[in-house]
Amino acid sequence: MRAPSSPSEIAAGDVLLAAENISLSFGGVKALTGVSFDIRKGEIRAIIGPNGAGKTSMLNVINGFYQADHGTITFKGVRRGKMRPYEAAEFGIARTFQNVALFRGMSTLDNLMAGRTLKMRRSFFWHILRHGPALQEEVEHRRKVEEIIDFLEIPHIRRVPVGRLPYGLQKRVELGRALAMEPELLLLDEPMAGMNLEEKEDMCRYIIDVNNHFGTTIALIEHDMGVVMDLSDRVVVLDYGRKIADGAPNQVKQDQAVIDAYLGVAH
Amino acid sequence: MLYREAGQFKTNYFADQAVFPIRQDRIGVAIILLLAFVAIPLYGSNFLLQAVVIPFLIYSLASIGLNLLTGYTGLLSLGTGAFMGVGAYACYKLTSLFPGVNILIWMICSGFVAAAVGVVFGLPSLRIKGFYLAIATLAAQFFLQWCFVRIPWLVNYNVSNAIEVPQRMLGDIVITGPNASLHTRYFTVLIIVVAMTWIASNIVHGRIGRMWMAVRDQDIAAELMGIRLLRTKLLAFAVSSFYCGVAGAMLVFLWYGGAEAETFNINQSFFVLFMVIIGGLGSLLGSYLGAALIFGLPILLRLLPDALGVPMHSATIEHMSFLIVGGLIIIFLIVEPHGLARLWQITKQKLRVWPFPY
Amino acid sequence: MDLLYKIFLDPFVQMGSAPDLLLQTLWEGLVGGVLYALIALGFVLIFKASGVFNFAQGIMVVFAALTLVGLFALLTRVGVSNAHLAAFAALGLTVVVMLGLAIAVEKLVLRPLVNQPDIILFMATFGLTYVLIGLGELIFGGEPKVMITNELFLPRGAWDLEIFGGFVTFQHIDIAAAIIASLMVAGLAVFFSKTRIGRALRAVADSHKAALSVGISLEQIWVIVWFASGLVALVTGIMWAARSDVSFALQIIALRALPVLILGGFTSIPGAIVGGLIIGVGEKLGEFYWGPLLGGGIESWLAYFIALVFLLFRPQGLFGEKIIERV
Repeated sequence: MRAPSSPSEIAAGDVLLAAENISLSFGGVKALTGVSFDIRKGEIRAIIGPNGAGKTSMLNVINGFYQADHGTITFKGVRRGKMRPYEAAEFGIARTFQNVALFRGMSTLDNLMAGRTLKMRRSFFWHILRHGPALQEEVEHRRKVEEIIDFLEIPHIRRVPVGRLPYGLQKRVELGRALAMEPELLLLDEPMAGMNLEEKEDMCRYIIDVNNHFGTTIALIEHDMGVVMDLSDRVVVLDYGRKIADGAPNQVKQDQAVIDAYLGVAH
Repeated sequence: MLYREAGQFKTNYFADQAVFPIRQDRIGVAIILLLAFVAIPLYGSNFLLQAVVIPFLIYSLASIGLNLLTGYTGLLSLGTGAFMGVGAYACYKLTSLFPGVNILIWMICSGFVAAAVGVVFGLPSLRIKGFYLAIATLAAQFFLQWCFVRIPWLVNYNVSNAIEVPQRMLGDIVITGPNASLHTRYFTVLIIVVAMTWIASNIVHGRIGRMWMAVRDQDIAAELMGIRLLRTKLLAFAVSSFYCGVAGAMLVFLWYGGAEAETFNINQSFFVLFMVIIGGLGSLLGSYLGAALIFGLPILLRLLPDALGVPMHSATIEHMSFLIVGGLIIIFLIVEPHGLARLWQITKQKLRVWPFPY
Repeated sequence: MDLLYKIFLDPFVQMGSAPDLLLQTLWEGLVGGVLYALIALGFVLIFKASGVFNFAQGIMVVFAALTLVGLFALLTRVGVSNAHLAAFAALGLTVVVMLGLAIAVEKLVLRPLVNQPDIILFMATFGLTYVLIGLGELIFGGEPKVMITNELFLPRGAWDLEIFGGFVTFQHIDIAAAIIASLMVAGLAVFFSKTRIGRALRAVADSHKAALSVGISLEQIWVIVWFASGLVALVTGIMWAARSDVSFALQIIALRALPVLILGGFTSIPGAIVGGLIIGVGEKLGEFYWGPLLGGGIESWLAYFIALVFLLFRPQGLFGEKIIERV
């Protein structure tokens, strides 16, 4: 993998990403106000909060889709100011989306192969010929992608245009596409929204497996409290764009502010 | 029974990543190539070659060009005619300035000129999307056409203000100009079109094609995956304009034998766009099918009254063909909005399961 | 240096030294702008209500004008001796034809293509354009015709204003065009803001599905907006043809109204009007003062360049809100 501005290797348990004092507003509406938290390498970090708390905005800031008005993001020890989304991807941040954002006209295989784009280095001219190095590269990456397809148990839909797949499978393909990027930090925006119980259990298993097998650090937004409590190592709670709690799941569960803002309200 | 992929196992990814993984498809392509290279030149009449096959191939290439942009990358362009014009005028200028260089080289080079112009007019795609961009490409259409009319340098100050194709040789064979034989021109067109189709197919089946389609389907997700939008879009503009440029150069040098600015007017742009949409967005095969239908239909309509023995005024036929082509476009869109290519896929699927569709 | 002078100073010197000419150019630009605005308006109506990029708006203008002239000729031939009576009867019949067109378009084109991607509907309007061209030429013939200006009591002649030591000519028909256009826009605005149908239309513009779910009939709304655009097209056709004649060349000129849409936005009626005026004036000024530098004829693309340059600074258009993208 290409190392952008040579960040030092980070051992498990050290801080991989630190958000400091992030503020973001849209035409006067405050989406985030002075939010700080960190994500440690190798952990599963949950971001929770009621609807409109600013969770997705936070992810958007982390991978450069939104520019924070104030505050900084430090990733792998590199502090960065303004950053384009593709740069975040080059740094090794991948994500999935709240509303599935797959390439609907392409097959599962092509979606995952598209996830490998950044890792493919052959020039345009080799691609014109589709011979030699370009084809070699294509096949190498195909092998990688097939590993992910096996891992997610989706070989039967390899050639199906993803627009035709049921919702649960689309979510899985989207996870696969993010994995194909071999990210260091994986952002999952409500990976289990709209799923039934079995699908949720499957997805949980994949998330834990990704974390264990590949050692990928994961930050996820989720509404299902049971899932959050079981999966995550640490939880940060947002409400109205502010951080109101941060810590281990059990600790957060007992926090009065959290209960007032969120858990106390029957859903 | 004939179209079955059962029993064709692939044991490595090389075979599975092939453009035509199914044996019957490969045989089909071989037969078509055989027809094009042997049967048509041997048995085709002059009318068939000059009025049907040569222009059909050229328009197929142009619609492949537009399909790369509109079908694969999702950028709607209404300036195809002008980009074809850039190719034609560039080729004319280049071969006039350096008559010693082989004309075929200049045809390809004129594609690069068109690509450069295409990139310039693709720049607004940084900020605007969809139909707004389509209107912006009309700027290219009208501005370039204005250049063709107003800059006499482009046509070497000809009194006619038109391109007059000079005679150019490849060895002993006359390739362009009034003395070029029909078959020479046909083979030149055929070889270029086949080679460029092969290249286009390589591009869209690889990394570049996936980047384009990703931008088409979900530009935000694509960008968050590390695909640089502007670069990708500009590349699409460049490659697309390259194809259109070469098609334009061939249109003038190997078919018309001359052209003025009006040749590349907005109707030319629409004509090619029709082919792409009727043929099928995002399908190279569709570009051919669309070109066959849209180019062939008016020819058929013109032949029809004579064949039926109904005398009709030529102006009336012209008007009727407008009406019918327009109506057919609507009907085709209603019947199969994804174009002829999708119809072909459905047919193949039916063949695959025939005779037991359950 | 000389070139810079010619580009940046000379035109303004000319404007200052002959303010009557400047005024004349501005006025002509405004009138042209009104017509652009009208075409853009017909377009916006349809885009707002059905999300269809109606490429056929330009040909609808031609078709409406042709029908009017054609019906008038027919009526006089069958023995309606009073020219005014024939003209207004033809006008009434043309309105009926435009209603028929709207219903036909809804039934034959829009309804079967409901829920298809935008580009498919866009292409369908291309098909419609061809159908209307073929139909118009088949029925009325392809040659240019004269608009029945007198018979419709549209004023002729001109009114000269002596000012700045020169004359500025205001054609009566231009003044009438401006007034009628304003009346029509005002009428449409009232219709869409005050009536039940107008409210339904705005609901449809926001979301088709939501509008359907509260019991608004999409079909009815579509017929209404296509009919409204047809009427706008008819008025545009009359005004435009009164200044030149009725011919299919109008259709190409109508393409020049498209930059108005970039400028004003696809969904904003005020945007269409202000955009139309800006483009009309900008085009005339550019052609008159800067055109000669480039050898003339720059009208064919100048509007697009004005719109694109504008867009660099304000990508959301004149009246659009800043777009916040979400994922």
